[in-house]
Amino acid sequence: MTGPTIAPVGVSAGLYGLVAASVGDLDAHLRSLGAWPRLDPSAIVALARTAGLTGRGGAGFPTARKLESVAAAPGGPAVVIANGGEGEPCSGKDAYLLRHGPHLVLDGVQLAARAVGARQAHVYARDAGSGDAVAAALAERARAGLDTVPVEVVEASGTFVAGQESAAAAAVQGRPAVPSGAPERVFERGVRRRPTLVQNVETLAHLALLARRGPAWYRSVGVPEDPGTFLATLGGAVVRPGVVEAPHGMSLGDLLAIGGGLSEPVRAVLLGGYFGTWLTWPDHADVPLARPWLRPLGADLGAGVVLALPTRVCGLVAGAQIARYLADASAQQCGPCLFGLPRVADLLARLAACETSPGLPTEIERVISMVRGRGACAHPDGAARFVHSTVTTFDDEVRHHLRGGCTVRRAV
Amino acid sequence: MNAVLASAFWYLGRGTGVTALVLFTIAVALGIGVRSGRPLAGLPRFGVHQLHRTASLLATSLLAVHVGTLLLDPYAQLRLVDVVLPFAGAYRPLWLGLGTLALDLLVAVVVTSLLRDRIGRRAWRTVHWATYAAWPIALLHTLGTGTDASTTWFRWIALVCTVTVAAAVLWRLTVTDPRRGLQSEQQPRMATSSGVGGLS
Amino acid sequence: MSGTRTRDRTAARLHIDWTACEARGACLELLPHRLTTDDWGYPRPRDGGSEILLHARDVPDAEEAVALCPRMALTVLRSPGR
Repeated sequence: MTGPTIAPVGVSAGLYGLVAASVGDLDAHLRSLGAWPRLDPSAIVALARTAGLTGRGGAGFPTARKLESVAAAPGGPAVVIANGGEGEPCSGKDAYLLRHGPHLVLDGVQLAARAVGARQAHVYARDAGSGDAVAAALAERARAGLDTVPVEVVEASGTFVAGQESAAAAAVQGRPAVPSGAPERVFERGVRRRPTLVQNVETLAHLALLARRGPAWYRSVGVPEDPGTFLATLGGAVVRPGVVEAPHGMSLGDLLAIGGGLSEPVRAVLLGGYFGTWLTWPDHADVPLARPWLRPLGADLGAGVVLALPTRVCGLVAGAQIARYLADASAQQCGPCLFGLPRVADLLARLAACETSPGLPTEIERVISMVRGRGACAHPDGAARFVHSTVTTFDDEVRHHLRGGCTVRRAV
Repeated sequence: MNAVLASAFWYLGRGTGVTALVLFTIAVALGIGVRSGRPLAGLPRFGVHQLHRTASLLATSLLAVHVGTLLLDPYAQLRLVDVVLPFAGAYRPLWLGLGTLALDLLVAVVVTSLLRDRIGRRAWRTVHWATYAAWPIALLHTLGTGTDASTTWFRWIALVCTVTVAAAVLWRLTVTDPRRGLQSEQQPRMATSSGVGGLS
Repeated sequence: MSGTRTRDRTAARLHIDWTACEARGACLELLPHRLTTDDWGYPRPRDGGSEILLHARDVPDAEEAVALCPRMALTVLRSPGR
């Protein structure tokens, strides 16, 4: 499949970090940043903690806590997985980083491995292009004798669930990339039963810059509760879709402006990709993209996918298509997900098709409450969140549809 | 050895052999019942599971007596090595060997079942499949080497046992809950990633 | 489901390996006061939510369910400090 065009847009070198530091080859990387600093494990954790670095894979978990959990877990030397699985089809930031800034990510891998006492690391790349770029970078580093922990590249299958942490751990061991149902999390027991750190490649890239520039630099942009920058993938009705870097706290409108603004009238923006929530437009144009403002709206950045829905597309129709995609993307291992998501997709499709059954919205809510938390991974939870957001955000549209009409009136 | 004692061992050996086969048949049928995930004749599902386990362990105990008494009986000429190594016996080596083979398979099944928490689901399940081989092998052993094999009463028993297992297997192959079949036969799917029309 | 009273009484949690569970239903029979089913026969907590919380008196029945589940899908996870 082809992802969105990866065209990093408009980030000035001095202010931000990741895009500017993604220089490609090792010589340029070393000239601009030098070799990764051999800090003490506790110093690396302290860096992440003081900076307030959080995971960029979607869950936003505090990185320092994750590093500490893995370091403290018994069961032998840890394993690090740099997660570039990027199962979300509309996301391109991980592929961007692996292709254009592999040395940043690989520096982060070495630092993280040091922090958790790992002796083995893997880069889990979404496709052959990213994988090859990382392999070439590793060859350069081997010649320069730069790394202390050996790194292996593993190519992901590109499926939606392949980026889930236990799926990544399975794939790295040559098994099918599907989540595990065991009660232990990967930080306790992952690759070869060892404590495993699964960290998104963007998080590791941030760590690589943090190690050189310090937490004060990192916190110099963003907001106190949500410092630093993030990578977003803009898509849908934007002039220049692609990967951009922005500080936390930038408004939604300003973020879209980096991508050239909207290409046509937009009714809502999907924040956080297919597991995300809708924000109506233009009333949410000024919302700062940071936790203190997004949380009360029930929203979060997730893995940074921002999709603009044009007004010519009915929100329920788009929602039904995404719900169908999510149902098909299930690993099909767990009953509630395997049966529940197709059921929800069917119901939403009927609603999108203007079926006048008044019980549809209630039935949709009933089924999504039945699948939440009942699976080996958060796939049903994410799908439930998305569908719930769809029917509540577009409630006007729901009322129209239940009366047999649609404000958009276009067959999609 | 006292002739009476030897005879006692002989009769006990024969009797426990037949009873073990019957109990083994019940265990196999109940095992298939467990696999179906349904209540059976008023028994709740967990009752079916417990009964399967009880029957299996009883069958195994009787089998232990069967082997033990025949080892002690001088007439049977059974050596310790014949208990584990098939087809090496002095008396009717082929039919005896089948018994040994069935015993070996059964020991593997029982040990893995008792330790299934330690060995994990996949290993346990793979070995458990051996019961489908062990049962007919045991039946052949009884028909081939059993002293009572030619009697009418035993032939009836063998027939009823065969019909029971055949019926259970046939039932299992033909009656599939379409809902459950979907999940257990499904391989983890690799849906191709694709964008959604209208948005990307 | 929240509140300190509930948390105090929770001795353990029943973890379901959803990749193994095939809705065979033995656990539903052994813990009828704790479990009910969803639309497709899979176990869910009777009092709503997604976590199956167990009181101390439920634990023996739960252990039996763990032993008898034909798919070995269940684990009893004790709350820390109990």
